[in-house]
Amino acid sequence: MAPHGNPEAPASAASEINREAPKVAATTNESTTTKPASGPAVTSHGATEETPWSLWEVFVRSSRGLSHVHAGSLHAPDAAMALRNARDLYTRRNEGVSIWVVPAEAISSSDPDSKGSFFESPQGKDYRHATYYTKSEGVKHL
Amino acid sequence: MASQNLQSVPAELSPEEQEREAAGQAYFDRIISEDSRIEPRDWMPAAYRKTLLRQISQHAHSEIIGMQPEANWITRAPSLKRKSILMAKVQDEAGHGLYLYSAAETLGQSRDQMMEDLIAGKARYSSIFNYPTISWADMGAIGWLVDGAAICNQVPLCRASYGPYGRAMVRICKEESFHQRQGFEILLELSNGTPAQKQMAQDAVNRWYAPSLMMFGPPDDDSPNSKQSMAWNIKRFSNDELRSRFVGMMVEQVRVLGLTLPDKDIRFNEETKKWEHGPLDWNEFKEVLAGRGPCNSQRVERRREAHESGAWVREAAVAYARKQAQKENAA
Repeated sequence: MAPHGNPEAPASAASEINREAPKVAATTNESTTTKPASGPAVTSHGATEETPWSLWEVFVRSSRGLSHVHAGSLHAPDAAMALRNARDLYTRRNEGVSIWVVPAEAISSSDPDSKGSFFESPQGKDYRHATYYTKSEGVKHL
Repeated sequence: MASQNLQSVPAELSPEEQEREAAGQAYFDRIISEDSRIEPRDWMPAAYRKTLLRQISQHAHSEIIGMQPEANWITRAPSLKRKSILMAKVQDEAGHGLYLYSAAETLGQSRDQMMEDLIAGKARYSSIFNYPTISWADMGAIGWLVDGAAICNQVPLCRASYGPYGRAMVRICKEESFHQRQGFEILLELSNGTPAQKQMAQDAVNRWYAPSLMMFGPPDDDSPNSKQSMAWNIKRFSNDELRSRFVGMMVEQVRVLGLTLPDKDIRFNEETKKWEHGPLDWNEFKEVLAGRGPCNSQRVERRREAHESGAWVREAAVAYARKQAQKENAA
């Protein structure tokens, strides 16, 4: 079987293992420096020196009438791109009718180490729940 | 703790720090014993963090590299419908990679570093993606067998003890079932086609069967990390257990396809109530994993190319964002 132009068509049997050592490590970074300088192309510096895109948290409203719920996070250079990326990443199957993106660094959160004390006050206050009141059991519409 | 290279914990801890570590460990142990979830800002043992980071980043890399064997057929898909489906599937794989990179990032590893490791050939990914896709029927076999094995592996991971990983897996599993069904359909159509088409389908199943069984990882007695991962509630079932389940499912499904599995030793063991299969070539598995598979260098090279050729786009987007921000400040 030799499908037209299939780069993966077997030079040898497909199940045969290539015993040659991988050439990946040897060619590191060379391809970037030898490119002709056309357009704003790749400069000689490696990917690590790029300005990293910042982290955004994504919230999706799945349908009208519901709140936005945290869906995940992504990287983007600005809010407009973050929204577009969020659409492609988190709503490929009509999962949302509205999206919020928030810079991750703008979110303040409670300290996980003090979760005990921080959430202490509702404890022992069962009377805030309807189930605390048992005398009315059996009374209709209450 | 065996390894601390991810957290800069000094060798000598002050009494105060020791106390904090002990309290953290106690809290962690309680959460695990209650089968609850660990979240990113919780204290966790350095080895737990390291294990997760290894597993999640390898998983992410697998999704990203996994785009290539299938992308190979997008331009040669037999119809516009098949082409659209294949593009949607490859796009999903990209999405899965991104969900998983996000989860790995919550453990303190930067995404750039993970990408660097991948294109430098330092990171591992599933050995299955180093096999070539030589016929259209391979799209069917990958969907049915490879994604089928992935689902088997991933459904229990939805309950992994690390919250962000479990949540990513829930999202991924929802999408994977489309992948497996479309693969099954490709094979079914070929199987009901001309004798040559049926032969093409059978050939693809023959080639992908053993590598897909090996996706579950080495046998239990040769899988050093499994026990600890199960104690931490990251893994829920052993490699062999999942592999046996998978074989059982495939035995049923291959009949509907009108094809056969290339394994005459498949049988249901009445005593253990488990499916058994013929011997697998674990040397091949190790060779492929060590970088000597049929397509290893090609896969990493292609990823590097894409990453580096796209650098100017990422830089331009940053420059544009900066300019817009400046304009806004000036106004």
